[in-house]
Amino acid sequence: MYDFSALYEATSVQHAVELMQAHPSAVLIAGGSDVLIKMREGKLAGAELISLYKLDELREVTMDPDGSLRIGPMTSFSHATKSPLLQKYMPVLGESADTAGGPQLRNIGTLGGNICNGVTSADTASTEVAYDAMLEITGASGMRKISIHDFYKGVGKVDLQPGELLTGIIIPKESYEDCYGYYIKYAMRNAMDIATIGCSVNVVLSADKKTIQRVRISYGVAGPVPMRARSAEAAVNGQPVSEATIELFGNAVLNDVNPRTSWRASADFRKQIISETARRGLRAAVERAGGVF
Amino acid sequence: MVVGKSVKRVDAFDKVTGRAKYTDDLADKSALIVKIYHSTIAHGMVKSVDTSAAEKIPGVVKVLTCFDVPNLPFPTAGHPWSTDPHHQDVADRLLLHQHVRYYGDDVAVVIAEDEVAADQGVRALKVEYEEFPFVLDVQEAMKDGAPQLHDRFKNNILAHTGYEVGNFEEAIQEPGLVKIEGWYDTPIVQHCHIENHICYAEEQFGKLVIVSSTQIPHIVRRICGQALGLPWGSVRLIKPYIGGGFGNKQDALYEPLCGFCCQQVGGRLVKLDVSREETFVSNRVRHAIRYHITTYARPDGRFVARQMECYSNQGAYASHGHGIAAKGAGAFKQIYVDDKATKADAYTVFTNLPAAGAMRGYGIPQVSFAIESSVEDAAKALGIDSLKLRQINMMPVGYVDSFSKNCNYFDSHNQCIEKADAYIDYKRKHAEYANQTGPIRKGIGLAIFWYNTAVWPISLEASSCRMVMNQDGSVQFEIAETEIGQGADTAFAQMVADTVGIPLEKVHVLTTQDTDITPFGTGAYASRQTYVAGFAIQNIGTQLKNKVLSYAERLMNKPAAELDLVDGIVIEKATGETVIPLDELATTALYSLETAEQFSAEGTTQIKSNAYSFGCSIAEVEVDIPMCKVKLVKMVNAHDCGRLINPQLAEAQVHGGMSMAIGYGMGEQLLFDPKTGKPLNNNLLDYKLCTMLDHPDLKAEFVENFEPTNPFGTKALGEPPTCPGAPAIRNAILNATGVSVNQAPMTPHILFERFKEEGLL
Amino acid sequence: MEKKLVKCNINGKDVETYVDVRASLTDMLRNDYRLTSVKKGCEVGECGACNVIIDGECFNSCIYLAVWAEGKSIRTLESLLGPNGELSDIQQAFVDEAAVQCGFCTPGFIMTAVEVLETGKEYTRDELRKLLSGHLCRCTGYENILNAVEKTMKKRLGKA
Repeated sequence: MYDFSALYEATSVQHAVELMQAHPSAVLIAGGSDVLIKMREGKLAGAELISLYKLDELREVTMDPDGSLRIGPMTSFSHATKSPLLQKYMPVLGESADTAGGPQLRNIGTLGGNICNGVTSADTASTEVAYDAMLEITGASGMRKISIHDFYKGVGKVDLQPGELLTGIIIPKESYEDCYGYYIKYAMRNAMDIATIGCSVNVVLSADKKTIQRVRISYGVAGPVPMRARSAEAAVNGQPVSEATIELFGNAVLNDVNPRTSWRASADFRKQIISETARRGLRAAVERAGGVF
Repeated sequence: MVVGKSVKRVDAFDKVTGRAKYTDDLADKSALIVKIYHSTIAHGMVKSVDTSAAEKIPGVVKVLTCFDVPNLPFPTAGHPWSTDPHHQDVADRLLLHQHVRYYGDDVAVVIAEDEVAADQGVRALKVEYEEFPFVLDVQEAMKDGAPQLHDRFKNNILAHTGYEVGNFEEAIQEPGLVKIEGWYDTPIVQHCHIENHICYAEEQFGKLVIVSSTQIPHIVRRICGQALGLPWGSVRLIKPYIGGGFGNKQDALYEPLCGFCCQQVGGRLVKLDVSREETFVSNRVRHAIRYHITTYARPDGRFVARQMECYSNQGAYASHGHGIAAKGAGAFKQIYVDDKATKADAYTVFTNLPAAGAMRGYGIPQVSFAIESSVEDAAKALGIDSLKLRQINMMPVGYVDSFSKNCNYFDSHNQCIEKADAYIDYKRKHAEYANQTGPIRKGIGLAIFWYNTAVWPISLEASSCRMVMNQDGSVQFEIAETEIGQGADTAFAQMVADTVGIPLEKVHVLTTQDTDITPFGTGAYASRQTYVAGFAIQNIGTQLKNKVLSYAERLMNKPAAELDLVDGIVIEKATGETVIPLDELATTALYSLETAEQFSAEGTTQIKSNAYSFGCSIAEVEVDIPMCKVKLVKMVNAHDCGRLINPQLAEAQVHGGMSMAIGYGMGEQLLFDPKTGKPLNNNLLDYKLCTMLDHPDLKAEFVENFEPTNPFGTKALGEPPTCPGAPAIRNAILNATGVSVNQAPMTPHILFERFKEEGLL
Repeated sequence: MEKKLVKCNINGKDVETYVDVRASLTDMLRNDYRLTSVKKGCEVGECGACNVIIDGECFNSCIYLAVWAEGKSIRTLESLLGPNGELSDIQQAFVDEAAVQCGFCTPGFIMTAVEVLETGKEYTRDELRKLLSGHLCRCTGYENILNAVEKTMKKRLGKA
């Protein structure tokens, strides 16, 4: 039994907004795999909850008329993995989702929750950051759209104002088109674990598959929030598909990252993994795009 | 005959249908809930506990603090009691502590109508401490001036034992010896049975009745009596099915405290359900032990003299204490036998960490890691194949230990190694994998182990059981040796069936131990149960059978000596012809108007022997150097645990032990903040217990040498599979990379540091 | 505390009861419906002992609010036994393969196996490992559990 003082179940986005206005100190709960655990630890004990669980309208993965992929934030990890649209246009997001926790967790945990809790290790966040996802946020005064890069404000802090909730994760067409991605979750176990380092790389190759036209790389746990390694991207854009480029990339990412030492891992160890996952991630993404070394 | 056959578990049906009832399934929902306030400092004195806010919370029934408990220090270890005060366990516990000795110590309890109110009550307690300095490192704790945990144990040394076989100083003077030495470290790990410890208590018929998830019901009854100042017979302890124990539940955990809470609310039903986080910290853990091993060997590989220093981290309370370090020290001189001298010093030392107790392997997983690493290191230094080095020095056939009188009757180690090698191709691969280059390398490693069965002659070995026959010739079998998942009930049923001479399905093992009903016995530990119950079953089963045959003699006018009971039929030995079916005989006897008799037999059987169990583990790995990761590719254990009572269940038990050894070698470690002593990863997400994706297929092989000391030819298997796995993995990493890792678990963090030191990164 | 009526289908039967809104689905199944195959091992979704099938997918019921069960179809281990007490194929496989030891993780494991088997797909051993990786077991080393699921899968597909 959980120690909360009230539970309000939202039946629509509008209703959720109204509930948030009526109960400004209430905590939003989507799948619960984060909130309920904090509550059990006593951290949120006594809080009021607004449940989004019944918002099936936010559980779909669809395509907007402009070709953007729209992921309802209540989409579970496993449904993202199984989504035919994602499998066709952006399989790496489903693959990232498929590394989170274990099978049961992936049935309850949501993609929205995975970014709204502001955690750097979130498996789907790195990939969304690497694809320059746009976020649709709904509040009492309507809807606003921001880049995922602006969404993260610090450890556990995201740009959600009181009365607002995330209602869409959007991957623009120009972001996923002709683009091939690869996600590496580095953890201590092969299941039921959180990332020591998460690394999501994607590339667009030239028509002859010999040149890297655009590379994007994002990390989880390389800093306080999911982050891009932009100088490394710049160094490799336009470079040939080659071992030298791989090596260059692996070294360059270290200029961008800022991992810390905690009991979970030392900064030096994380840097070793950051560098190596850049190499392996880039290689795998290039190979998926049809590049040959 | 069913002994030796892979019959299906007697409890399998109930367990795959959800009908098997565990403690919480049996607890009435009206139970009051007990929650514990645990110390939030590593060392200090509780000055006061302000309970006023907690008491005001709706639903809170009572708050009890360390100032309310009786001053009756009690021991907790699941050892047989000794009537000799010098052999009794250290009584250093109270139900709740004013002097808190680790982060997580028990300070107060809140008893409430539901768990939310109890949790709220615990959070509302205001505890004021006087903080003391604390110490976590075992060797630091021994230094003069280190914080003292228990007044009577100077320099925190709970115990120090040592031995010297031969003259060590003289032996190492031999010219031309090669000296190899190293420090080896093992971690604090936890048992992680999937059912946490739970118990509930209620007063009934003037007795304190406690139902508990324990391995040792009769021992826990005694300890509850000691802790609460009650005559032991006025405590009734009931043990239903339990969701694993692995030694953690071979201690009195919270049964005494639960009983106390029950007494304090007028004997009402109270339940104490321990959370996973508490299980990690406030139950028991495996001793972290640090070893220093020095080996003096001749260039031909013969060990001339070896020395071991051992520092065992006891944590805050004595629990099983020095037994763990001492068992390892005993193994050191037995598994390898030095030509001239062997010397050991073992210290068990209190620190401000969770109390260490029994855990599957009882010191041998730790010492195996040290010994088998040191042997591999010696082989490298001497330039001798490590298998050959083992064969030169390991316990010879015919060796007899002067203390236990155990004898190495067979060439078990070589037989096990051969079996394992046949599966995994060790010898070829070990040579082939040496001297690789490149980022990803293969390796294969081997380790052997030694294990004693049961606790004789250190402690009591006796087993009482009862067999009562029904009209249909079936038998209720009661014994205090407990089913904790390992399959004991099934093995017992098989042995009873064969001894009495009835079909397996006619044996009804009463799986629930109830100290008011079940004959006295000490329970599940020391890989003893099949061994000791074998004696008891042989003794009592034979008595029962003889009663049946005597009655048949009178009824059928045939000399009992010419009769036998086979498969539920009394037959004539000479011809095999049926004399009378057992159901007919039992019914006749029970309802006889002249000589009514229910066939039954019971009694205590004392066991004054012990037996060596041996085996090996071989692990094959792939080491990804830039990723600092080890992938276990293949693993095999081979055991000589005597004759297998049930081969399929034996194999399953080996798989489980191997899994635990993999975790021990590669991932599991309970971590503490050095600045506060606070546990960092006391949950199943941050503590890296293996998942199904972290294993290769596990292979179990057996060598079945009939153990001469036991009527069924069996000996220890429960704990042995956990012993050799971690050093086998360590030696495989060494084979792959040339890098010795002298600390378990060999996580990527450790490998990163070692690979950097050795220039691989 | 506020109670709420929760109507759902449990093991094929439409049921309803008032539950404390703070209750987890584990609490409701164990306490209100006495379905004690649903075990508590960690209460934070890490061990899998409380796993049940909700509308065809597996969930750790400890981190699932009881009120969310409204309108759902829930299956627990108790649903698998046939009307005359016959074991389902996967239960029988757990018996035959010695995949059971202490038995505490068994109900949760079997329910995930049920979900996996009902897909009707054939999986490799490694794929099965991943599909079953949301359950911790300390007794079996997982070996015989994997064997039981794999053998049942092959039997159902007519490949054994």
